[in-house]
Amino acid sequence: MSTGSAAPGEVPAPAGPRVRANPWRRLARAARPRGTRAQVLAGLLCAALGFGVVVQVRQTDSAGLEDLRENDLVRILDDTTERSDRLGEEVQQLQAARDELTAGTDSAEAAARAARARADSYGVLAGTLAAQGPGITATITDPGGAVSAAQLLQTVQELRDAGAEALQIGATRVVASTAFLDSAAAAGGGVVVDGRLEQPPYVVRAVGDPPTMSTAMDIPGGVRETLRQLGAQLAVTTSQDVAITALHAVSAPQYARPASPAPSEQAPPR
Amino acid sequence: MIAAVGLVIGILAGVLLHPEVPLFLQPYLPIAVVAALDTVFGGLRAVLDGIFDDKVFVVSFLSNAVVAALIVFLGDQLGVGSQLSTGVVVVLGVRIFSNAAAIRRHLLSA
Repeated sequence: MSTGSAAPGEVPAPAGPRVRANPWRRLARAARPRGTRAQVLAGLLCAALGFGVVVQVRQTDSAGLEDLRENDLVRILDDTTERSDRLGEEVQQLQAARDELTAGTDSAEAAARAARARADSYGVLAGTLAAQGPGITATITDPGGAVSAAQLLQTVQELRDAGAEALQIGATRVVASTAFLDSAAAAGGGVVVDGRLEQPPYVVRAVGDPPTMSTAMDIPGGVRETLRQLGAQLAVTTSQDVAITALHAVSAPQYARPASPAPSEQAPPR
Repeated sequence: MIAAVGLVIGILAGVLLHPEVPLFLQPYLPIAVVAALDTVFGGLRAVLDGIFDDKVFVVSFLSNAVVAALIVFLGDQLGVGSQLSTGVVVVLGVRIFSNAAAIRRHLLSA
């Protein structure tokens, strides 16, 4: 008699030729349903086995942490803690990078704003931008054609002394390099300002402090007096909104280059 | 035949009933199932050998399952549960293979 779970070594029990002859028939005879105790018990146990298999398969499918052993749980906990630490470090690094980038954007924006403001004021000074603000409009009527470049230059100088920030004569912007030239050709007088012929009446518009500039026109021996001696008239009106719309075309300097800006670069450290 | 019907009934019952495995049984059920599977193969072989005995089958079925679970339980208590269950599964697997080989020799003469 052998057990149903014979050890591997035990069994090749010498199967007689009788058995070997018709194993299928033997199997069929054993499988034929009979109400014997053996059949019923085997059926019950097989049912138990099938039940167990299915239950276990389902259990494995839905296996969570609860059926793990203590060692596995400890290992998983360690892994999770380590991973959490790593992720925490990553979060810190990313936050630092984000702060850095935000600060960088802020300072870059501030620098850009400052640069724009500087460019605006330089543009007004260089005559490349239109300007407006409080100022005066001085109109020089010259019926005799006696006003020359010298008087216009004097007017401009007086206005600059009085703090004029932007100047325009007729349709020409007056900047640092503006040249005044007597025009011999034009009949009835006229002055060439920066290559453009301006004819009387000369309208000089200046943005600056209006009282100071209008006073500067009236000082003794000043512009108004000189013009009167030449038979010309000066009319000054102050306004809170003088528009300087003429622009000066700036050409890139052909010879001048910026000198090396930082002296520390030229002088080696001692 | 009745055994096959029983197997099907058991599978159906498992599928339909959605039983929850009690917590204390969870580490041991898979080992017990493998042991029972080994016993079933052994019984099939005994049938083919002409030496099947129902009492032996029932006793070995139950005792195999219980002993396998017991070994794993002992291993858990000793702190070598996972290694010991691996060992049990290997042994049972070897036996299943040898039983299946004997069955194959009987049925296919090969």
